[in-house]
Amino acid sequence: MQIYLPIAGMSVNVFLILAMGGGVGLLSGLFGVGGGFLMTPLLIFIGVPPAVAVGTQSNQIVASSVSGVLAHMRRGNVDFKMGAVLTAGGFIGSGLGVWIFNILQRLGHIDVTIAIGYVIFLGIVGGFMLYESLPIVLGRPLPAGMALTPRGPGERSWMHALPFKMRFRRSKLYISALLPFAVGFLVGILVATMGVGGGFVMVPAMIYLLGMPTQVVIGTSLFQIIFVTANTTLLQAVFNRSVDVVLALLLLVFGVIGAQVGARLATRFKGEQLRVMLALIVMGVALRLFFDLIISPDDIFSLGGS
Amino acid sequence: MRKAALTLLLSLVAASARADDVPLVADLSSHLVAITSGFTGTDILLFGSTDGPGDIVVVVRGPAGDVNIRRKERLGPIWVNASSVTAHDAPSYYRMASSRPLNEFVSDQLKERYQLGLANLRLNTSDEKFSADEMAQFRTALVRLKTADGLYGEDLGAVNMMSNRLFRTELHFPANVPTGTYLVEVYLFREGAVTSAEIVPFTVSKLGIGADVYDFAQNYGALYGLFAVLIAIVAGYAASAAFKRA
Repeated sequence: MQIYLPIAGMSVNVFLILAMGGGVGLLSGLFGVGGGFLMTPLLIFIGVPPAVAVGTQSNQIVASSVSGVLAHMRRGNVDFKMGAVLTAGGFIGSGLGVWIFNILQRLGHIDVTIAIGYVIFLGIVGGFMLYESLPIVLGRPLPAGMALTPRGPGERSWMHALPFKMRFRRSKLYISALLPFAVGFLVGILVATMGVGGGFVMVPAMIYLLGMPTQVVIGTSLFQIIFVTANTTLLQAVFNRSVDVVLALLLLVFGVIGAQVGARLATRFKGEQLRVMLALIVMGVALRLFFDLIISPDDIFSLGGS
Repeated sequence: MRKAALTLLLSLVAASARADDVPLVADLSSHLVAITSGFTGTDILLFGSTDGPGDIVVVVRGPAGDVNIRRKERLGPIWVNASSVTAHDAPSYYRMASSRPLNEFVSDQLKERYQLGLANLRLNTSDEKFSADEMAQFRTALVRLKTADGLYGEDLGAVNMMSNRLFRTELHFPANVPTGTYLVEVYLFREGAVTSAEIVPFTVSKLGIGADVYDFAQNYGALYGLFAVLIAIVAGYAASAAFKRA
């Protein structure tokens, strides 16, 4: 059954979109990630214009983050103060991101920018996860000196010297508000230009850079993602007219169900096993996009609107 | 039933053409292509009559607009869009159909004047920074890519003539057909010259819920964005509540 997507301006198979939503939802529940980094390339792959894929993903991530954050709030695993500072940075970052997106789109460089962004960020994050988890799964843990350990700003003198110190009780931190603000800002740019929630960059940054305790990281990340993606959706709708509500709703239906099923499946695996699997998927997407960038295109010409 | 009605209609058209001595009459089975939520493309029947033997050429043009033709080049290890040419007022849709291969009854001069066929489509590209050879490559690329999208094409011999008086042809419009006003030009050729011509307009427009969503997004971007966010929050909350109980 075909359905016409009003903003994307194309006709798609409903069942394909539902299956994509369910499949990515399953993986996102299983690995505890947003799934935007899988869905946006998939949408572009089936022919959705990159601008619409990115704008619509922001909208869908709002929904998946709301459904995810409620469970964490019930368990008290959200640092609202930290979330607010991250969100403040994220608002400015995503605003800048939407503006950059608009310019790149007019110049015809948006596809290649999205692809390069994915290759870099997914490559780095996937590489780190593999480096850390693979030895554990294979039964040969890294020697203490080589393992990545959470290091708070307390151990780095220049971070300690920054002004605007703030106490974050839930995270048991007393650090400069500029640090989470900067993290929120940079991730905000990614959210707006790449159609992701940014959790895959935000979570490592919270653990390794800010030194937040692991149990509040996911909840706080989801909490701020809601606001930053909501802001991005709004700005994309105003400036780029690229949010397709029909597509977002279709992706949502099985997306939320898949996420719940995935979350239940996740209890059957060990944490390290899940991280290796996720790392392999992340690296796979990065490699695929990398090869698309370097192999000679079938047609070196393409058309863009006025 | 529909075919019988059509035959009747065609014979009426033919009769009236004879009666008033009009050399060419043409019309479409529908003057509106409605893009609804189930739209996957559509066919429109063009039919008409002539007052005697001759050849028919049909040209359909969609609303014109600027198109950027971009060319990728290798920049270090990766391919990026490095140069581009803008085709001004290029038709968003172009299709030509004729009763016989054009070369059998139209001179090159007339093909050019009436822009018959993709090779004669005038594309206003006024960039002097490229050589004529390169400009030709950009032009071919535009035609090739539009043809691949099903938006440009030519069907030689697709116009069926019946007893030298009636003619008909199916015009196809794919799911990605641009909206706006279209013009169908119908030419009657005799002995290498256009003896009569007619222009039939029709509209392609989005209708139904999809159209409302599109108009809302175009005209009230901020409100649409708020609405989209609100739907997402409600959907996320509902999903969480539903699975908490389960």
